[in-house]
Amino acid sequence: MATKTEALQPRSRLSLFGGKGKEILLEGIYKANPVTKQVLGICIFLAVTNRVANSLVMGAALTFVTAMSNLFISTLRNVIPRRIRMIAQVAIIATFVIIIDQFFKGFYWQMSKQLGPYVALIITNCIVMGRAEAFAMQNPPLPSFLDGFANGIGYAIILLFIGTVRELIGSGTFLGITILSDSWYTKNLILLLAPGAFFVGGFLIWILETLNPSGDARDNKEAK
Amino acid sequence: MNITPVWAIFLGSIFTNNILFASFLGMCSFLVCSNRISTAVGLGSAVTFVMFFTTVINYLIYHYLLLPLGLDFVSFIIFIAVIAGFVQFLEMFVERFSPDLYYALGIFLPLITVNCAILGASLFMVIRNYSFVQTTVYGLGAGLGWFLAIALMAGLREKMGYSNVPAALRRTGILMLMAGVIAMTFMGFTGMLSTQ
Repeated sequence: MATKTEALQPRSRLSLFGGKGKEILLEGIYKANPVTKQVLGICIFLAVTNRVANSLVMGAALTFVTAMSNLFISTLRNVIPRRIRMIAQVAIIATFVIIIDQFFKGFYWQMSKQLGPYVALIITNCIVMGRAEAFAMQNPPLPSFLDGFANGIGYAIILLFIGTVRELIGSGTFLGITILSDSWYTKNLILLLAPGAFFVGGFLIWILETLNPSGDARDNKEAK
Repeated sequence: MNITPVWAIFLGSIFTNNILFASFLGMCSFLVCSNRISTAVGLGSAVTFVMFFTTVINYLIYHYLLLPLGLDFVSFIIFIAVIAGFVQFLEMFVERFSPDLYYALGIFLPLITVNCAILGASLFMVIRNYSFVQTTVYGLGAGLGWFLAIALMAGLREKMGYSNVPAALRRTGILMLMAGVIAMTFMGFTGMLSTQ
């Protein structure tokens, strides 16, 4: 947990911008994207991305939970006692996760079956907790809501990207529509299985780090 | 009720359905704490211990308290509260009765509350409809599987110190690629058991 909080620290200066919603949105979606830059919450990002539809749904669920829990935690930030803030945050987050889970069970049973335990695991997703701790506890409700929304969208974009690559190469389809026809394309099934998730994730981080090196990689280069 | 034999659940949770390489749970601490074997073994044993006890406690609470009262929809919040409470209790207990063990495991205990593998094991226990004996075995097996995964990774990372890894891959990229290769070798166990 300590390293995660450290990684998030530099961003707390954002509170200076107060109402500048655009800054907050850009920061979460692109400049400090939670998955690629801070490497948080990878469990879900690897587990549900074998189909584009699953990735979309999971991205939407995570955006909802992050935004809403940030909004509520920020509203209550002056009332929550410092010492028990973790439990209070988890309780608020879990409430929204339960709402999402019940919603899926009620209206999209099939989807709920496929996502299995991963909807519930949003509770322990580091992004949600990380944003609550690093941003919502120090900022007013509206910027916190935007920050949660932006981080959720940033996460969803990565999910969607990985989902597209895996579904396209793994089963030759996009959202269930055949793109690469069976007649000439041999499906690369490994991408639908667990190792494929690791490989696509590893290569994605490789590409992004090459384009936009973060602290460590730059230091290593200079040291050489 | 799930009819998978107990030994199959045990071996399955360690090899074929390894909680890390097949279900991707506990990735955050897996990536952060796998740089030394001693750290990995400490965290691995703490996770195994906590996972075993919390799945058993959560089984009892779920089947004897939540289901009869029709409160199964709040199970997530109860599970996470049990895990947080158990870890807190364990920390105080170990500190009081075994200072040596506290120095060995103590620093890992707070990390465990946010380890999604622990919550994941409790959730799988509910989804797969395990009986009490099956739950006990599954909790132990899943913990050992996670232990095995992080210990393997730490061993590889210590050796990786001698390799010249491209700068852009150094932070997390190479770890993901390595995990991918290990996951592939674990898939080789699939033929061993044909059940969950």
